[in-house]
Amino acid sequence: MRGNLRTLDGNEAVAHVAHRSSEVIAIYPITPSSSMGELSDEWSSRGQQNLWGQVPTVIEMQSEAGAAGAVHGALQAGALATTFTASQGLLLMIPNMYKIAGELTPFVMHVAARTLATHALSIFGDHSDVMACRQTGFAMLCAGSVQEAHDFAAIAHAATLPARVPFLHFFDGFRTSHEVAKIEVLEDAVLRELYDEAAITAHRARALSPDHPALRGSAQNPDTFFQAREACNPFHDAVQGHVERAFARFAELTGRSYRVVDYAGHPEAERVIVMMGSGAETASETVEYLTAKGERVGVLKVRLYRPFPLERLVAALPTTTRSIAILDRTKEPGATGEPLYLDVVTALHEARDCGRTQLAPRIVGGRYGLSSKEFTPAMVKAVFDELRSPTPRNHFTIGITDDVTHRSLAFDATFDIEPSDVVRAMFWGLGADGTVGANKNSIKIIGEGTELYAQGYFVYDSKKSGSITISHLRFGPRPIRSSHLVRSASFVACHQFGFLERYDVLAAAAHGATLLLNAPYEPERLWEELPRPVQQQILDKELRVWTIDAAKVAHESGMRGRINTVMQTCFFAISGVLPREAAIAKIKAAVQKTYGKKGQELVERNFAAIDAALAHLHEVAVPETVTSRSELLPAVTSDAPEFVQRVTAAMIAGHGDDLPVSAFPPDGTWPTGTSRYEKRNIAAEIPTWDSKLCIQCNKCALFCPHAAVRAKVYEPAALENAPETYKSTDVKGGEFAGSKYTIQVAPEDCTGCGLCVAVCPAKDKSNPRHKALDMTPQLPLVAAERHNYEFFLSLPEAPRERVKLDNKGTQLLEPLFEYSGACAGCGETPYLKLLTQVLGDRLLIANATGCSSIYGGNLPTTPYTKNLDGRGPAWANSLFEDNAEFGLGMRLGVDALRAEALSLVRLHAAALGEELVRAITECEGRHEAELRAQRARVTRVRELIHGNTEPTAPRLAQIADYLVRKSVWLVGGDGWAYDIGFGGLDHVLSQGRDVNILVLDTEVYSNTGGQASKSTPRGAAAKFAANGKSLGKKDLALMAMSYGHVYVARVAMGAKDAQTVKALLEAESYPGPSLVIAYSHCIAHGYDMALGPEQQKLAVGCGSWPLYRYDPRRAQVGEAPLVLDSTEPAGSLLAYMRNETRFRMVEQQDPARFKAMVDESEAELRARWAVLQRLAAKPAQQEAVKS
Amino acid sequence: MDLSTYYLGLRLPHPLVAGASPLVDDLSMVQRLADAGAAAIVMHSLFEEQVRGEALARERFHDAHANAHAEAPSYLPQPDEFRLGSHEYLEQIRRIRRRVPVPVIASLNGTTEGSWLRYAPLMEEAGAAALELNLYELVTSAHVSSYEVERDAIDLVRAVCSSVKIPVAVKLSPYYTALPAFARGLVDAGASGLVLFNRFYQADIDPDALEVVRTLRLSDSSELNLRLRWLAVLSAQLNTSYAASGGVHEARDAVRAIMAGADCVQVVSALLRHGPERMSGLISELREWLEQHEYDSLEQAKGSMNHKRCPDPRAFERVQYVQVLQSFRFE
Repeated sequence: MRGNLRTLDGNEAVAHVAHRSSEVIAIYPITPSSSMGELSDEWSSRGQQNLWGQVPTVIEMQSEAGAAGAVHGALQAGALATTFTASQGLLLMIPNMYKIAGELTPFVMHVAARTLATHALSIFGDHSDVMACRQTGFAMLCAGSVQEAHDFAAIAHAATLPARVPFLHFFDGFRTSHEVAKIEVLEDAVLRELYDEAAITAHRARALSPDHPALRGSAQNPDTFFQAREACNPFHDAVQGHVERAFARFAELTGRSYRVVDYAGHPEAERVIVMMGSGAETASETVEYLTAKGERVGVLKVRLYRPFPLERLVAALPTTTRSIAILDRTKEPGATGEPLYLDVVTALHEARDCGRTQLAPRIVGGRYGLSSKEFTPAMVKAVFDELRSPTPRNHFTIGITDDVTHRSLAFDATFDIEPSDVVRAMFWGLGADGTVGANKNSIKIIGEGTELYAQGYFVYDSKKSGSITISHLRFGPRPIRSSHLVRSASFVACHQFGFLERYDVLAAAAHGATLLLNAPYEPERLWEELPRPVQQQILDKELRVWTIDAAKVAHESGMRGRINTVMQTCFFAISGVLPREAAIAKIKAAVQKTYGKKGQELVERNFAAIDAALAHLHEVAVPETVTSRSELLPAVTSDAPEFVQRVTAAMIAGHGDDLPVSAFPPDGTWPTGTSRYEKRNIAAEIPTWDSKLCIQCNKCALFCPHAAVRAKVYEPAALENAPETYKSTDVKGGEFAGSKYTIQVAPEDCTGCGLCVAVCPAKDKSNPRHKALDMTPQLPLVAAERHNYEFFLSLPEAPRERVKLDNKGTQLLEPLFEYSGACAGCGETPYLKLLTQVLGDRLLIANATGCSSIYGGNLPTTPYTKNLDGRGPAWANSLFEDNAEFGLGMRLGVDALRAEALSLVRLHAAALGEELVRAITECEGRHEAELRAQRARVTRVRELIHGNTEPTAPRLAQIADYLVRKSVWLVGGDGWAYDIGFGGLDHVLSQGRDVNILVLDTEVYSNTGGQASKSTPRGAAAKFAANGKSLGKKDLALMAMSYGHVYVARVAMGAKDAQTVKALLEAESYPGPSLVIAYSHCIAHGYDMALGPEQQKLAVGCGSWPLYRYDPRRAQVGEAPLVLDSTEPAGSLLAYMRNETRFRMVEQQDPARFKAMVDESEAELRARWAVLQRLAAKPAQQEAVKS
Repeated sequence: MDLSTYYLGLRLPHPLVAGASPLVDDLSMVQRLADAGAAAIVMHSLFEEQVRGEALARERFHDAHANAHAEAPSYLPQPDEFRLGSHEYLEQIRRIRRRVPVPVIASLNGTTEGSWLRYAPLMEEAGAAALELNLYELVTSAHVSSYEVERDAIDLVRAVCSSVKIPVAVKLSPYYTALPAFARGLVDAGASGLVLFNRFYQADIDPDALEVVRTLRLSDSSELNLRLRWLAVLSAQLNTSYAASGGVHEARDAVRAIMAGADCVQVVSALLRHGPERMSGLISELREWLEQHEYDSLEQAKGSMNHKRCPDPRAFERVQYVQVLQSFRFE
């Protein structure tokens, strides 16, 4: 039975089987496995049925631990269940995995294998997560390609039923989970043939049921546990047989044949690589290439990893084998080797002991591919070359340069085996320009519309605004197995001209390749605009160059900045993958299919863009000599410190792979304040300031998500050396009267979101379209403004103790969070920036995993920074689930050191003097003046005990800084606070310790792509709530208030910034736990982020987001603890909701249901308002209310 | 009293029609309108501009964030089926048709010829008894002449009329240079009737915030006079159907419109202000007025005061205050 050929990514290929094979699916989003759960949910919400005619129930849990518990329960109740996860999520499932296996339960979990967080988090792929599960009793089946992941999903579901041993089916995160490939899809009939109905019946019969009751999960004692534990052995012993029978049946049904261990290569190979996963595909291709050249090499692919197929492995090795390299995609420090290495060594040893083999090859193990590090034919060859040595290096690494412990093998990066009949294309684009989407579309067009095979893999940088994407596409006459990036491209497209001066775009261009440039220049002028290295490579590699002004074509077709269709058309027109006319017809058909449902207008605009693209595409006449003198721009500014110049700059330029081990801090500790050296220049327009109109409210600075708009007051004398175009005006009254004032934009850091202009209240009375800030094209301004900004930064900061800590005054303080990679217009970062302005020089941040940890801590450059004194936020991310506990621990640690410092101060009272000791111990550090005085005292302490011979003196000198009050903040999103971290958060709130919690509430899992959280409001569409969430948002604030001793505030900066500032300050000053929940608009809400503050006003006005502060200190003095900061709900909830796509799409799907949800929400928010009013009533009134 | 009338070839039991309003969005309101005896129900316009805007907004705020970051291929679910405003509109026509026996007149405000031609047959298919084309365009360019505006409109009407079998009315604004000639062009192009007039959203100025704010206030009877003049002028020359729209609040208003030449009157503000039940009051008041004034039928009053028949046709022509003064006659 041959299936349909379709182009899918690995996740979809797996989910496509899992959904049809399950009745209950419990999941939790985690990269890179999320889309398996999302697709399952989407299919179920559409009523798609499983093999047995039922629609699988898909449930999103609060964590992976919850998902594992839920599937365990579903299995016990007799259902067929599955789950999808990766990395930290898989770790959270381990306790249940032991249980599920121990109870001999048929079950399959599908894992997109991903790196575990160690010295750093990584979302990318390796086997460190699955290797942490090899002891659970699960069978483990590993797929190496999209087709295999699809097939093995079915094999796992088929084998687990008769085996009764649960299966962990895994494949490489990103490389396989996100690779789009043309595969043969399994028909329902094949799955039905594979799955043993009798085994399903048996599973049902074992279900817990009061109709035939049984007990599971008993507690056993020393007398019995051991024997009972050994009772499962026959089942585990039988697993391999079940898998082999499933493989055999599968081969009969589909013609695709697999074994638990597959060998490929020379039948009399002398050198063999043993490995698992996608890397084995590249190894296979390389082996084919090398054997064709006469080398005796082979690769052994381990498919079934647990139970480990000892005998099959030994039998599969050619008897000629003389040396073996076992490659592990994980690292186990301190072990005698990585797991697969140990298994193979043991297998051979046992086989020899039992006389099953005479083989005595040299065996070495090595590590490769951690965190999706490329694994290329060149590396495969290097390993084979090493195996020639009589004493090949053991415990090596391949793919990196280890200049510290010298374990790495060298490899020749130029070694290339790409066949010439495969089109290899590379596309450089921006996240926002639609390049990746268009390429996925092209793959579909070619993969599903022609005989050709197709593969696509997409590389993204870690920024959320102005992010760069590189698409790697292959098209060829045979299934494509290369599981590595295109390294020799026959077609290179650069969709953003600016990249040419920043990155080595042509590095991977093959000789004679076609180059397509989107350029804002006439074809005749293009050459002179190219930087010298680009010209040089075009000539050296004899590239054919084509150009189009795609932005112009897109604009004229009504597509704004979306150049995707234009560039896609050009690709088809000149790449020669398909005949031109046929290709254009197929693009148009694809457009009709994609956009037809979304509105004919979009179809027509795309058609217009396609036709115009062909008319505006020109081949460029390439001169014979290089004419340009411009070089690539430096990745970082020249004032960057040495480490940044050497390490960070290489990472920014895309050369991170070339950095050796010695370049890196071994413990994951990095310097802060590096984002300032990466000038990204991503804004097309930046604000310009009209000093005469400005009313000096500082709202622009307050709302700027990237600290790219700043306000400063300074003495007039400081202007002496000001650049010519630098703007300045007199301070309008207040505590800084007589000083000068400037609003300055950081022209190369601004993202052009327009929030500053949107919130600017100062209009020109004669021409109100003109405000104190207007957006203006960046290019003509950047040179002068760069200069102005440098001067602005050189001006002294306002003295902190003179600044009034309100919405306006705080903006005169230096932000210690700047130029993050957050989305343009981000609603979260203004809160963080404000926090660093007020408390930054004594701030410790525990940051839950999520958007705030990615824009806060994703390399190459990070935004938290230091002031001139060298002080600034200290920041760490532990995990997603434990952030509250992690932050509490920081508080405990800081308090312990402070207590010790205080006791040492008292101990040294004689040397320090009573007065100093008293001043130090009594200082609470509540105000800037007190903090400054205390810092002076700390300096004095150090001076006084300098040279003191008492053994405690150096200890005091070291920890004296803890005498200055530290502020500990626990930061994270609603996914953390409402869901996965809620248990810990709740416990931390209950402890009464002085921690401050800032919840950046976007009402959705933003970082992983918009999955519903318990904060998602009723009526909003989110993943796992595609038809609109039907239940209301959890009221975390009210829950926290129920403790009575917790400071709680709900804030929305866009609605009332003064209240936000007040709440943060009160939270910090409150000596117990504080919880501040901050409304954060987000691109996942689906509207123009410049209107975020307006939406916040509407949300507050209609009562959807009431503003208040609950301060237990007020109750102690007989006042009502709650102060309401917003007025009684008055505006229309519907008007607020209709402005956002997340709500509007629900209304469009089912207006009647949406209306019912809105009505329900309105009733609920009125009821909630009544509760708040009661809490806000004066105690006397409360009595009256009670009576 | 025979109140029956023909409008766009549809026989209506009386001339009072529920004009385009948000009431039609709510089926229970539609039921109440039908129960109150509305002769026909005009849907509010399907604003092509809005439908298009929504599609483009989705493209910009939803699709534009897709495939931009490794962890998030998108940020919102992708529903299998997009229900555009147009889909919902057509569905509502079907729902109203199923719910009440009253004829439904669908209304379309397009911006491109493509959209008019796309939606008109869909509305017919959904069960509309007639179409009302809303020529709701404010020409603000100094480079577009009245000739071009009128020519394009007439071409459009011709195209739409040939694309459907149901009658097509054209709803006009009063701001055309030579309204009668333009109206003739529309009738020649196939329009079965004219609706006088559109009421624009008015732009207002908030002097405190220095912002332009859009307002739409409900009409009052004073607005009817403008309609009366042009009903009188046009109905005397052009043999087509007429609807008065804007300013009919009482039965007397309806009578005035009928006398000026209207075949039916569309009521909106009065229904929004007093509820759908006001319709039955208007019908009985109209009947009473005609009975009190001893008319045989509504037909007898129709056009009695039009430009051709009224005692003082110049009254409809006078446009300036001074002429009114000059015409003042001392008794």
